[in-house]
Amino acid sequence: MDLENKCCCGGENKEKAQIDEILSKYVGKKGALIPVLQEIQALYNYLPKDILEYVAEKMNIPISQIYGLVTFYSQFHLNPRGRNIIRVCQGTACHVRGGKVILQAIEKQLGIKAGHTTEDLRFTLETIACVGACGLAPVMQINEDTHGRLTTEKLSAILDRYK
Amino acid sequence: MQHIRAHVLVCAGTGCKSAGSKEVELAFQREIKAQGLADEVMVVETGCHGFCEYGPLVIVYPEGTFYSRVTAEDVPEIVESHLLKGRMVERLLYHEPMTHEMIPKYSDINFYKKQHRLVLAHCGTINPEQIEEYIAVGGYEGLGKALTLMTPEEVVEEVKKSGLRGRGGGGFPTGLKWSFAKQSVNDKKYVICNADEGDPGAFMDRSVLEGDPHKILEGMAICGYAIGADEGYIYVRAEYPLAIKRLRVAIEQAEAMGFLGENIFSSGFNFQIHIKEGAGAFVCGEETALMASIEGKRGMPRPRPPFPAVSGLWGKPTNINNVETFANVPQIIVNGADWYCQFGTEKSKGTKVFALTGKINNTGLAEVPMGITMREIIYDIGGGINNGKKFKAVQIGGPSGGCLPEELLDLPIDYDSLTAVGAMMGSGGLVVMDEDTCMVDVAKFFLNFTQSESCGKCTPCREGTKRMLEILTRITEGQGREGDIELLENMAKNIKETALCGLGQTAPNPVLSTLKYFRNEYEAHIKEKRCPAGVCEKMAVYTITDKCKGCGLCAKTCPVKAISGTLKQQHVIDQAICIKCGACMSVCPFKAITKG
Ligand SMILES: Cc1cc2nc3c(=O)[nH]c(=O)nc-3n(C[C@H](O)[C@H](O)[C@H](O)COP(=O)(O)O)c2cc1C
Ligand code: FES
Repeated sequence: MDLENKCCCGGENKEKAQIDEILSKYVGKKGALIPVLQEIQALYNYLPKDILEYVAEKMNIPISQIYGLVTFYSQFHLNPRGRNIIRVCQGTACHVRGGKVILQAIEKQLGIKAGHTTEDLRFTLETIACVGACGLAPVMQINEDTHGRLTTEKLSAILDRYK
Repeated sequence: MQHIRAHVLVCAGTGCKSAGSKEVELAFQREIKAQGLADEVMVVETGCHGFCEYGPLVIVYPEGTFYSRVTAEDVPEIVESHLLKGRMVERLLYHEPMTHEMIPKYSDINFYKKQHRLVLAHCGTINPEQIEEYIAVGGYEGLGKALTLMTPEEVVEEVKKSGLRGRGGGGFPTGLKWSFAKQSVNDKKYVICNADEGDPGAFMDRSVLEGDPHKILEGMAICGYAIGADEGYIYVRAEYPLAIKRLRVAIEQAEAMGFLGENIFSSGFNFQIHIKEGAGAFVCGEETALMASIEGKRGMPRPRPPFPAVSGLWGKPTNINNVETFANVPQIIVNGADWYCQFGTEKSKGTKVFALTGKINNTGLAEVPMGITMREIIYDIGGGINNGKKFKAVQIGGPSGGCLPEELLDLPIDYDSLTAVGAMMGSGGLVVMDEDTCMVDVAKFFLNFTQSESCGKCTPCREGTKRMLEILTRITEGQGREGDIELLENMAKNIKETALCGLGQTAPNPVLSTLKYFRNEYEAHIKEKRCPAGVCEKMAVYTITDKCKGCGLCAKTCPVKAISGTLKQQHVIDQAICIKCGACMSVCPFKAITKG
């Protein structure tokens, strides 16, 4: 590791270095803001406020414009999220095969509503409109895994696998 | 030299993967090695076969034996019995749901028999991550032919003559669209592939992207040559990570082989393709919103004209088509427009891929010639309705489409016939609904979707869909009023006429079509405060039957103390207090509580 970064505010410098690295990939590229934010979110799981301010300054874009984007697209998040992201499909195919019941059961089991995160940061519960696995409806995704043909009985065992 | 005598195709599409196909594939690798067959049998990972209901799917060639719902535990038996001793494992073969007949061969299964797979021809038969396999089945021949034997004008003419229409929803003639972009004079033009596939209930684009990505690249490059563009973008929704990965691999391989990049086929034509990941907004499937999103802005539509062909991405002339549209192009160039015209109806040529989902036996992807009837798709290919229930409706076209009733099942499907009955081809998502589906709830579902996806730029869509949703919500909650139906119809008409983009202009369609064909269900909700399908929670009446043993669990659970009774005797629910939460029903150990 770089010695210079090991001062008392080293953490912050290191963070900035990571952001700078992302930004450097997009210098002079058109339409870069969305991919930049996507990469930052991949790093932090969400978009911390101070980082967005740093990006605004570096890219010379008004922070209002960045907020405009972040709040427009459902993929972006302004609050910390759980270690495991559950996305319960509420698309048409899943709806007619009982996707709502699955969502209600998970909400009950985790004690949170869709759009929220458990206190221990283990799970964030979200809904999604179709993951493109409609043949297996009802469907949910946890992180990168798709679980299909769900029944309320199967849920506990599936959730147990994600710590 | 090793001689491969059998191929084991394991589906690695999203459906099969989530059902455990990776473990199946690994088990085959292991078992084949263990049995000493590694030099004779090859395991191939393929894209989606479309028959997701029965995944994980394994097909063994040369016989074409079709095994369904295979698990890793089944693999030793298949290797030992089929590959070593030449005997099929009967218990894993597919059985027709209606007749229970056992069908060993892929090509004999009803699901595939009525299909005509042109766009999906190689999905499930080639390894999508190996360009050599695409080339082996004739890949990049179309691009070669276009670049070396045809002028750009001839390419546009051929596509025009083929009658190909946009598969992204509107059905605009593709050749005509290309000719507009071609006519625009500019030193820079773009080609965009719309892979945002936002319709919740459609996954055909996903399967093509995952199963045959080179076909899209080839179609786009041909388009680039025809209109004079040297750069293309594929806008893929971020929810499709596997599709994104396979596209990246494909682009890299195509560049390495010289099918993309500079001076392709020594013709002087250059073309490069970038991938843009969507960020989760349905409206970004609309072409002007999509371009705003690529430019790094909020994905909001703008009025047209100017059309993208005149002023599109970064103000440059742009041609934008759907995934399936581009996937049709290479074969049209290779085989000619006349060949393509033999499929389909007079005004809708070729085939269409439909995503069959909902209460149907065989869910999956079916590619059929235009003009086929809905009945053939649902009963012959789809194997009829689940659990012997009665068919009620089929929803086509997603949030912009409509619901068709039983009487219209024999309608030949093409762009124009669907529009005439108040539905729309849309992306080709078909969601089948049975007697247990409430049509008012379905209308509410779609309006809820469009309302939350409305970008908020124009008032009719932002406010109008919200008010319509409020009305539908109150109808499903037993608060419907006299005149609500007329109010809905009136608002629908106004929104359709005044909204800025296709999202708002088509948002009322699901309401209008359910009102047209299932008006009696709306009336039952409003006048009788009754949901005929028993779906609408707030109207449900919970009753305790004589199966009740009087354990008192329900009374304890009820959050509003609506249940009373003495221990060991049948309890009763006070309907005036009951809030229809259903909690009692889910805790009753004797299943004594019914909902009706
Ligand atoms: C709200 C809305 C969403 C759309 N979503 C998609 C989509 O997901 N995929 C798509 O190909 N076209 C979509 N379209 C249609 C596109 O605007 C455009 O017409 C299409 O990509 C053109 O390609 P085509 O001519 O090949 O059909 C959408 C349109 C609207 C109004
Ligand atoms: S509707 Fe749920 S996966 Fe498509």
